[in-house]
Amino acid sequence: MIAAADLASSYELVIIGGGPAGLAAAALAARAGVSTVLFDENPGVGGQIYRAITSTPVADRAVLGQDYWDGAALADEAKASGALIVNGATVWSLDRQRLVGVSVGGKARMIEADRVIIATGSQERPFPIPGWTLPGVMTAGAAQTALKAQGLVVDGRTVMAGSGPLLWLLAAQTLRAGGTIDAILDTTPRRNWLQAMFHLPDFALSPYFAKGLALLREVRAKVPVHRVDTMEAVGNDRVREVVFSGAGGTRRLPVDLLLLHQGVVPNVNLANAAGVAHVWNDRQLCFVPVLDADFGSSVPGIAVAGDGAGIAGGTAAAERGRIAAIAAVRALKPDAVVPDTQAIRQRLQREEMGRAFLDWLNRPADSFRMPEGDTIACRCEEVTAKQVRDTAKMGCEGPNQMKAFLRCGMGPCQGRLCGLTVTELIAAERKTSPDEVGYYRLRPPVKPITLAELASLPISEAERKAVER
Amino acid sequence: MTRTADVVIIGGGIHGCSTALHLALRGLKPILIEKDYAGRHASGVNAGGVRQLARDLHEIPLSISSMDIWERIEELVGDDCGFESHGTVLVAESEAELAGFRERVDDLNLRGFGHEELIDAAELRRLVPAVSDRCPGGVVSRRDGAADPFRTTQAFRRRAVEKGAEVVEGVTVTGLSRNGATWQVETSAGIFEAPKIVNAAGAWADRIAAMLGEPVPLAVVAPMLMVTSRLPAFIQPVVILRGRKLSFKQLGNGTVVIGGGHLATPWRDSNETVLDWHKLAISARTVWELFPAMHEATVVRAWAGIEAYMPDGIPVVGRSSTSEGVFHQFGFSTHGFQLGPGTGAVMAELIATGSTNTPIDGLRIERFSTKDP
Repeated sequence: MIAAADLASSYELVIIGGGPAGLAAAALAARAGVSTVLFDENPGVGGQIYRAITSTPVADRAVLGQDYWDGAALADEAKASGALIVNGATVWSLDRQRLVGVSVGGKARMIEADRVIIATGSQERPFPIPGWTLPGVMTAGAAQTALKAQGLVVDGRTVMAGSGPLLWLLAAQTLRAGGTIDAILDTTPRRNWLQAMFHLPDFALSPYFAKGLALLREVRAKVPVHRVDTMEAVGNDRVREVVFSGAGGTRRLPVDLLLLHQGVVPNVNLANAAGVAHVWNDRQLCFVPVLDADFGSSVPGIAVAGDGAGIAGGTAAAERGRIAAIAAVRALKPDAVVPDTQAIRQRLQREEMGRAFLDWLNRPADSFRMPEGDTIACRCEEVTAKQVRDTAKMGCEGPNQMKAFLRCGMGPCQGRLCGLTVTELIAAERKTSPDEVGYYRLRPPVKPITLAELASLPISEAERKAVER
Repeated sequence: MTRTADVVIIGGGIHGCSTALHLALRGLKPILIEKDYAGRHASGVNAGGVRQLARDLHEIPLSISSMDIWERIEELVGDDCGFESHGTVLVAESEAELAGFRERVDDLNLRGFGHEELIDAAELRRLVPAVSDRCPGGVVSRRDGAADPFRTTQAFRRRAVEKGAEVVEGVTVTGLSRNGATWQVETSAGIFEAPKIVNAAGAWADRIAAMLGEPVPLAVVAPMLMVTSRLPAFIQPVVILRGRKLSFKQLGNGTVVIGGGHLATPWRDSNETVLDWHKLAISARTVWELFPAMHEATVVRAWAGIEAYMPDGIPVVGRSSTSEGVFHQFGFSTHGFQLGPGTGAVMAELIATGSTNTPIDGLRIERFSTKDP
């Protein structure tokens, strides 16, 4: 285990996040002779998609599927490359001068980097329905984390609800692992097909087409699927039932566990705090960093690779990581031998081909992104959709002013669970675009650190002198 | 299209907004021009301390007149601004430091100011039970307190508009020119005309002063703050130190705001700041020593607001030395929030009547002029 004291004060390349993008980038850069450190928050590498790839107790390879086990090669490659891989390392700050604040084992360090690749991936899109804060309501991603890392399979009456490929993947993995699912509530708006259809030919050529169809067939054979337009988690102390309505009228199902998921969005917090410019992507309904062809951001020396650059999936993330790493190597070691980016770009393009279809098909309905009334928008500070809407109507023009009025986004999650909701609610009320409204200006630490950790930063020479005097 | 007003105020911080409100209350028509939005910078993101304690002699009268307004703030702006008065305590960390504080308090008393009061170890412990045992005493200013800075700035802005001021946001001043007795303020949204101008442009005020041919040695600074997650209530007054840099305050919601003047690197052209975590770590260690209860507190956010610092650490308040009809109100040097309400009232009085009874002579811009000592 690497400790904070073992870290050098600077590295040529710092990579943040040990998912496919980070692992592929680290392997390539280290092999080219660049001094590379990869910081990953989890006990083992893999990110979300390959979580616990080196330690999962799920031995039957069919449960998590071949795509999951492909991650093992990436992890092996990174470990063999000579890159320093530090697990249990929380990066809580990055600024435009590429100073990286990181905590390992309760001790903080500031590390200088010539180049930085942010590979912090994606997070699940907030799913603010009535009752989504009740105990017993979780995200599908959280359930998948428990399955991969601990081999835990859902128990009791379980309903999965939402849209997007990951929902169906988790359903299939759960069934294969011996779990049961009482129902799937499909929230995909029917009219999404109108837009998505134009992109069906491309999708049909992408590797996801056959996989997706097989997954749907596998799950639908075992679980009843209901198409729904509204949905509510009901219960006092915990969720007791899920109430939903669709073409067949209103129905109620008793549940012990309701798993919500409506796609993933880039995790923008670290890039945003570092001053990286972002722009609204209307197809994916989220903010994405503004990047050049090598995934370089608006801040010199900082690149964003993987799903953090816009959602494209795990295989594409690795290719993006390689392209970003090649750009870093070329800047740092112009004479080093690097792979041909042309071939990588072609592979990336193939991976991204079917994305338009998936994006258009799985765009969540307005009502599941922009709630009404007493539905909680900000969980940390318990701010309701109505409060946000009313404050916007009163004249509040953006999420940063909203923070000051309602404290939304000021809790420990730093806006991860309300940022998009608040931006879209303001845009709706003020009849403007989310791009115009903008996002929270995020402040470090992007992950909370204790005062003790902060106090553990090594004392500088100047400070020691000041104390002695 | 040219728009006209009685006064054009440049800058929508607490000072510009306060002056706008007080001018409107006097029946004048001000237009306030703000390059971002009201309270975007230091006025909206400062520590919120409302403090008379430990002020420079030249600004004590302004500070006292401000305090009178703070105590009836809701009456003035229609919002209590989150103002709570639990005093500010300056903690002495040694007997030698306490002796220095005694001299200062004696000197203030001789000058007729009684707001600072020396306290012994027992009274310090009564006011701040959580403070480390080794602190021998301190100074308290009992009327002091704290408020919510953005809410306060917005409240002044809102009430100013209700009383007839116009606030134009997202508009940058690009030039100043004069046509007889009328000033023309050129902006990114056309020309504004008025016989009088107030320069309340904070960290950007030197650029306005330079347009008038009176350059000032203004430093752009960004004092850093950090806030913790919620803790059980354990301290009411604002606590500050003299020897080491610290201000420390627990808000009503349980979060603790830690500041004290360690500086970030400001980038005023892009509205950005880059934090210095090594200096925040110094604050963390100071808090650690002073308040053992804080060891496991979690820092959830750190930030810095961009503002102006003058070489002598006190603001520029009063008439321009070169340009008839222009008034300065800037350079509050990291302690301008408390002064906002009172300074706005004094500026409005000065503009409307030509003079003020509040002594502000020590704050004139001439002190930075090499030609005119």
